[in-house]
Amino acid sequence: MEYFVIVIGAIFVNNVVLSQFLGLCPFLGVSNKVSTSLGMGAAVTFVMTVSSIVAYLIQYYILVPLGIEYMQTIVFILVIASLVQMVEIMLKKLSPALYQALGIFLPLITTNCAVLGIAILLVQKEFSLGESVVFAASTAVGFSLALVLFAGLRERLELEDVPAAMKGMPIAILTAGILAMAFMGFSGLVR
Amino acid sequence: MNKLQILTKGLVRENPTFVLLLGMCPTLGTTTSALNGLGMGAATLFVLTLSNIAVSLIKNLIPDKVRIPSFIVVIASFVTVVQLCMEAFMPDLYATLGVFIPLIVVNCIILGRAEAFASKNGVLDSALDGIGIGLGFTLSLTALGLVRELLGDGSAFGFKFIDGDGILLFVLAPGAFIALAYLMVIFKKLTAKVK
Repeated sequence: MEYFVIVIGAIFVNNVVLSQFLGLCPFLGVSNKVSTSLGMGAAVTFVMTVSSIVAYLIQYYILVPLGIEYMQTIVFILVIASLVQMVEIMLKKLSPALYQALGIFLPLITTNCAVLGIAILLVQKEFSLGESVVFAASTAVGFSLALVLFAGLRERLELEDVPAAMKGMPIAILTAGILAMAFMGFSGLVR
Repeated sequence: MNKLQILTKGLVRENPTFVLLLGMCPTLGTTTSALNGLGMGAATLFVLTLSNIAVSLIKNLIPDKVRIPSFIVVIASFVTVVQLCMEAFMPDLYATLGVFIPLIVVNCIILGRAEAFASKNGVLDSALDGIGIGLGFTLSLTALGLVRELLGDGSAFGFKFIDGDGILLFVLAPGAFIALAYLMVIFKKLTAKVK
């Protein structure tokens, strides 16, 4: 039950992009086509889940025993950046097909503040290891869901007759606002 | 480019929020009121200026291949300084801004300026560039915060001048997107006239 609440909460109620405002750069940057947004979503899900485990282990087996919790920001960002590199190298060797599919999206993830944000959040919320993994994975699913929905909307938006001043980014952001409003309907589902 | 141009280009021509669309997460996430936007902008301004100075000082010492990780460490150190100072002296603001303070590290504006400007220019120019871009970011965040606070709560900078509730939507998540979209349109219209 506990895990179920975390999953629903992370995907719908506190959607990482639409209500927490994390990971907006890829949300606005890689949402032109549904197919690319699916690739980005898969890559983020993978990295976010792995990095949550690593962040948990570092926090509770290195930083807390040594009493240097204030180093959290510096250590986490370095670990995530090198983790992304490592994942990229490993995927290239182990699964060239998946590497081909995720390709350009992997390096982009370092700049995705959702990955670092989730690592910091799960320490703040004092989750256990199991809860951390579930929380990170479902947050990433929530990210992918928002990204794919938004990409679908933007594909349609391309064909619409939009006022000149609203063309491009402004209308996309306005659409994201309406999408966020739709997600507000889920609030209250989980306390 | 003279010194004044370096300082002022961040305000309009290269405004990080409305023109370059960088650092969107803190822009939307922290601007529930004008003061919160101002606080976030000031923290970013501080980190940006110091990291620009530090990067331009050490630019000849670090090998080219490891420059991005080195920049990130420099930025993360200054962010930690801001984080600790804010927690000690402004606990309320620190609690409101929450996770967005450590996330200044991944704000693309800061790494972008380090890579594009500070690693190629002198200390004084880099400092001015940091202050200019930081001010542009602060002004945009304050403006967005002010609009959301006015519409959402009927107050400005914490002073309430309309009785009753505002349009709550503007304080909540969707209002951030909507307010930003319309501010962007206004900014576009105004700057088009200037050009």
